[in-house]
Order: sequence, then structure tokens, then C-alpha cells
Amino acid sequence: MIDLQGYGPRLLEGAMVTLELALLSLVLAVVLGLLTASAKLSRNRAIHAIGTLYTTLIRGVPDLVLMMLLFYGGQIGINMLTDQLYDAFDIDIFINVDAFIAGVITIGLIFGAYMGETFRGAFQSVEEGQMEAARAYGMSPWLAFRRVRFPLMMRHALPGIGNNWMVLLKTTALVSIIGLTDMVRVAAEATKATHEPFLFMLPVAGIYLLIASLSEWGFAKLSKRYSTGFGEASEWTN
Amino acid sequence: MTNWITQSLIAATLIIAPLAATPALADDNQTVRLGIDVPYEPFVMRNADGQLEGFEIDLGNALCKRAKLDCTWVEQPWDGIIPGLLARKYDAILSSMAITPERERQVLFSLPYYNTPSVWITARDRDIDIDDKASLKGLSVGVQRGTIRDVYVTQEYGDVLDIHRYGSSQDVVNDLKAGRLDLTFEDFPIAVDAIDFRGDNSPYKQIGPSIKTPTSIFGKGAAMAFRKRDKALAAKFDQAICAVYADGTFDKLMHQYFDYDLSVRPSQQDCAQ
Amino acid sequence: MDQLNAWFTQLLAGNAIFTANTLGFYWNGLVTTVQLVFLCLLLGIVLAVPLAIGRGSKRPWIKWPIYAYTYVFRGTPLLIQLYLVYYGVVFFNGIQDTIFWEVFKDAFYPALIAFTLNTAAYTTEIFRGAIKNTAKGEIEAARAYGMSKGLMMRRIILPSAFRRALPAYGNEVIFMLHASAVASVVTIMDLTGAAYYVYARFYAPFPAFIFVALIYLCLTFSIMFVFRQMEKRLLAHLRPRGA
Repeated sequence: MIDLQGYGPRLLEGAMVTLELALLSLVLAVVLGLLTASAKLSRNRAIHAIGTLYTTLIRGVPDLVLMMLLFYGGQIGINMLTDQLYDAFDIDIFINVDAFIAGVITIGLIFGAYMGETFRGAFQSVEEGQMEAARAYGMSPWLAFRRVRFPLMMRHALPGIGNNWMVLLKTTALVSIIGLTDMVRVAAEATKATHEPFLFMLPVAGIYLLIASLSEWGFAKLSKRYSTGFGEASEWTN
Repeated sequence: MTNWITQSLIAATLIIAPLAATPALADDNQTVRLGIDVPYEPFVMRNADGQLEGFEIDLGNALCKRAKLDCTWVEQPWDGIIPGLLARKYDAILSSMAITPERERQVLFSLPYYNTPSVWITARDRDIDIDDKASLKGLSVGVQRGTIRDVYVTQEYGDVLDIHRYGSSQDVVNDLKAGRLDLTFEDFPIAVDAIDFRGDNSPYKQIGPSIKTPTSIFGKGAAMAFRKRDKALAAKFDQAICAVYADGTFDKLMHQYFDYDLSVRPSQQDCAQ
Repeated sequence: MDQLNAWFTQLLAGNAIFTANTLGFYWNGLVTTVQLVFLCLLLGIVLAVPLAIGRGSKRPWIKWPIYAYTYVFRGTPLLIQLYLVYYGVVFFNGIQDTIFWEVFKDAFYPALIAFTLNTAAYTTEIFRGAIKNTAKGEIEAARAYGMSKGLMMRRIILPSAFRRALPAYGNEVIFMLHASAVASVVTIMDLTGAAYYVYARFYAPFPAFIFVALIYLCLTFSIMFVFRQMEKRLLAHLRPRGA
């Protein structure tokens, strides 16, 4: 195994943390993005306003500030709450906002806003005729969503999701600042202890590039899959 | 407004709770978790095997033995050390934390167990007069963010010095050695250990006197910190601090790590209960 | 002025955190953030224009190094780039004794260099995309006028590409403003650094970070407004007629 002055194994552990963090935040971001897109397309004005407020606020404030607010502030906010529970009802629970959870929630929240925009555009791009046809076949709304709207929508959403994922991956580096031991933090600690920045930072940069390149390849494959039928049609007409 | 904040907090808790809730062991006083910022040599450091060692580790273990408690150590970066205590990540802080009025609003302090001055350090070949403020204009000084030394430098020299604030004492020392800083204002033991300014061939030296006042900033010394409601636990450790001073354990440990005196002997009044 | 000052001091007397002193921190942080972002964007454009032209070159030894540069800088986190420059420069032997040290000693210039290299990589790709999408008719018309390649680039392709790059570049400006928050990690007292200080001093995360978030929001909206206005003026010819 690559030793790197004894930091090799910890660097690999850090890489796993980075990857887990990125994937979990992606899941949260997709869920929030779908909700936001629905909210923004909703005819209910209040829901629409909430969706708009959320995307505007998130996109106006730096990721790092949001992360610090949630990590340092979220903990104190929850403490106030649990202390009140304790004083009023003698219920003693403690909830620990650790850096990993704060990271997943913040990154998920941030990219939920961006995903919302992606999904909104994608929802709108599905022709209503397709859904009407599905209904005419007697499909239930859920089945129609799963079999018709979702696959059609994904074709338009995939490039956006791919872009967001690439940015999200790099954003995970910020959790090292609030104390989570991802690979950037391990590299920073190693640099400070051994005074050899290039030895540790360059491999970490390499891992980011590797993940990014693999993702690019994966998204290209997926995009091919969801474009089945469309590419051929255009080939014929051209 | 308050109502709105409470409501959103409840909402936030409901979101986070299933992810993070861990049942508290409030009645289970068998194990006491002590929070500490690592490294802060020679008070605490991690040795090659990954074990914690240092003066405060030994002292903390001795205190727990006196108080008949099982203790475990929890590592916590300085910036979040008080929020971490209030969040019950650990039950007490034992991390060279000075007693200050701002902190007293948040936590309950034990008796102080040691007290050290702070010192100005610069390169040996530099000629800097720390009392001549006009001559300091534009010089850079490094301090650890949110410490009493940060407060002092900001208050007394904020208008002349260019203050660089770091997350850890290690970062300050690194940038001093890299030549990025003209000065640092350090805790005396850190300056001795990490900067070695007293060594014959040391490239660094102390300038001006060692500083312990004003007490409104520097406090009465370093103490353990507890959540305000844990008065019983704090009292146990107060007694333990009295005990390690009375039976010579403190002095033994002190001489093992330091060749100078950093004791603050508790008065009989403090120890009588 | 004195009166205003007295009124302000009185207004702030009621709270412990937002004293004239801490507001001074935020103000200095704002100045630092704006300086840092403005300078790196300016330098970024200066670098990006020739790189974007070179990126479209047919010669592989021009094209591929530029592509490698933008790929690496767009594929890795800015934080790592910042660490590499900030810690990296220290370990060039003897740099402390050269005049360069006066520049690198401060955290500001390492941060400026890292930010510039980062934004130049993104801007290069934005410009290249715009150059590539220049309407064929514009180029044909320029050729028909007998313009040389250089003249065509200067008079036709670049002005037209800059205009069409405007919306994407506006996003990059906002992205850079937000990304600049990492400067606080290497001791720069930018807006985020000021907020972090106020938090660490008073253990008050809500006021410290919400206040700074509002300042960033205002900055973001101002940038968006400026770019909207510019787009309205410069892209008028691209709007559908009658719209």
C-alpha cells in the first residue's frame, strides 16, 4: 500500500469519508430538489413562495457560511431546545450535530436548491400528451410517473444533475474546515506536521480528478440509456 | 419572533433527530467524558501509537482517580469546544481553558488548577519594542482564535498590529517558523515547548515582560468547565483538585513536565466543604 | 459626523455583540472580500482571453496543455489549490530571503494567486464556448470583407463572444464571491473571517453568521442586478423581435 510517511491509510479513510458524504448529500439534494421543483410548479401561492425563497436564499450565501451557521448554530439551537425540554418535562435527550451530519445536511440543502432548478426545467419539458396517453392506458398516477414522466424527465435532467454532482463533490472539501476528517483535512494535518504540502495535497487532488472523471464517464453512459429512442429518431429524420 | 424561532428549531430537530439522536446516559455517572483540544504540547499530544499523552492527560486521569470516576477523553477542536460541552458530546472540558467573564456566562468553572503567563516571541535578530506602539505599526502577530491572547492583542494592539488568527496553536507556530509572522503572543508553556525560545541556539526570543494582567482578560488561571446544571460533578472535581495539590501529586506531575512553576494552590477556604 | 457617530454608538449600546468595534471588523472584511474578488476576476479575464483563443487552436501543443490546465483546476476543490499555494511557497528554499517573500509573506497574495488561477480556468471554458458558438454568418461576412484572422478575432469574434458569454460569466462572478469565503481559512479577515472571529469571541453563531449571510445576499443581488442591466443593453440584438 502507498505509505506516504504513515499517512497513507488515514488518507484513504478520508477519501471514503469524502465519498460517503458526497453520495449521501446527493441523495438528500435529489429529494429536496424534487420537492422544490414541485413547490415551484405548484399553483398554491404560499408553497410557490416558499420554494422561491429557499432557492434564492441558498444561492445568495456562500456554502461555507451556511455550513458554519448550521454546524455551530444548529448545535446551540438544539441545545436550547433540549434544555427547555429538560427544564419543563424532565426529558433528557441529547442530540449531537456532528460534523458529518452537519456536512450532509448543509450540502444537501445547498444542492437541493440547484437541483430544484434542474428538475423544474425537466418537469416542464415532458409533453403533456405523453401523460395523457399514459392515463388513456389506464395507468395509475404513480405508475404513470414511474414509467412515463420520470424516464422522459431524466433525459433533460441528467446533464444538470451531472453538473451539480461535480460541483457538490468539490464542495465536500469545505467540511474539513468545520472539523470533519475527510481527505482534505488529513492532507492539511499531514502538511502541517511534515511541512510537505505537495506530497499530500497532490494525491488528494488526484483522487478528486479520478472521481470526477469516473463520474463523467458514468453520466455519459446513463445519458445514453435515457436517450434511447430519441437519438435514433433524430438520426432518421436528419 | 421567539415563537417563530422555537418553531423552526423544533422543525429542525425533527429533521435531524432520527439521524443523530443518541440516548443520553444522564443517570449513568460511571463514565465521565472529558473534552480536549489536541495537540497543545506539552499539555496534550498524540504519540506515535496514536495514544493521548501529556501533562493534562496525566493530571486529568489523577483527578478522576481521586474523584473515583472512570474517565474517557474526547478530542474536540478549540473553535467548537464550548458548544460541544453544551451539546453533551462530553461532560467536562479539561483543555487549558482560562476562566473569563464571557465563558462564565456559558459554563461553570472548577477551581483553577494551573496558571501561566503569556509571552511575546519574535526572531532573535529582530529589535522590537513591544511598549512603543508607534514602532509596531504594520507588524504581523499570530494568535489562536478565540483565546484570551486573541482578546488581549485585539484590545490592546488592534489598531497597530496586523493580527492573524489561527484555528490551532500549531498553525501559529508553523507560520512563525515559515517567516510569515513578525511576532506571536503565546501561552508560556507552548512558547517553551513548540518554539523553544529559551534554548541557547534558538532563533527566537522573548521580548517584554511575561503578561498575566489584566485579570478581566487573563482570569485566575486554567480550570475545568462544566455545564451549568452539573454542579455536583464540578464539586467532585473541585475536591479532587484540592486533593492532588494536598498530597503532592500535582507537584510531581508538574516537575515531570516543566522546569518552572505553574501551580495555583487552592486556599483552604476553597477546599472546605 | 460626530453627531452621527454619537447617535450610532447610542443605538448600539444596547447589545453586547454588534458594537462599533465588531461592525468595524465586518466593514474591513467587506473591503477585503471585494478587493480580493475584484482583483482575481480582473486578472482571471486577462489570462482567460488568450487561453480561450489558444484552447481553440488546431495545434495540439497549444490546445492540450490549456485543456489539461482547465480540467485540473475545474476538477479539484479551490481549498486544495489555496493550500498548495499558501503552504507550497514556503518550502521553496531560500524564498524568505528574496524580494518575492514580501509578496508571499502575507496571506493575501497566495490567496489571490490561487483564486486567479481558479477563475481563469472557468472563464477560459466560458469564453471558449462562446467563441465556438459564433454564428457562421458573422465569420463568413468578416471573411467576405477580406479581414485577416487577427483582425477578425479582434473586431468580430471576440466582441460578439463576450456579449454572449455575459450570463455565464455573471454566474462565475457570483460563484467566485461565494468561493472567496475559504480565504478565511488562511487567516485572511474577509467577511467570513470577520464573522468567524465574532463567533469565536462571543460564542454567538446566530448573530455572527446570519449578519454576514445578509451582507453576502446583498452583494449577490447587486452583482445580479448589474449583469441583468448589462445583458439588457448588450444582448438587445439577440432578443426575439417584439419581446
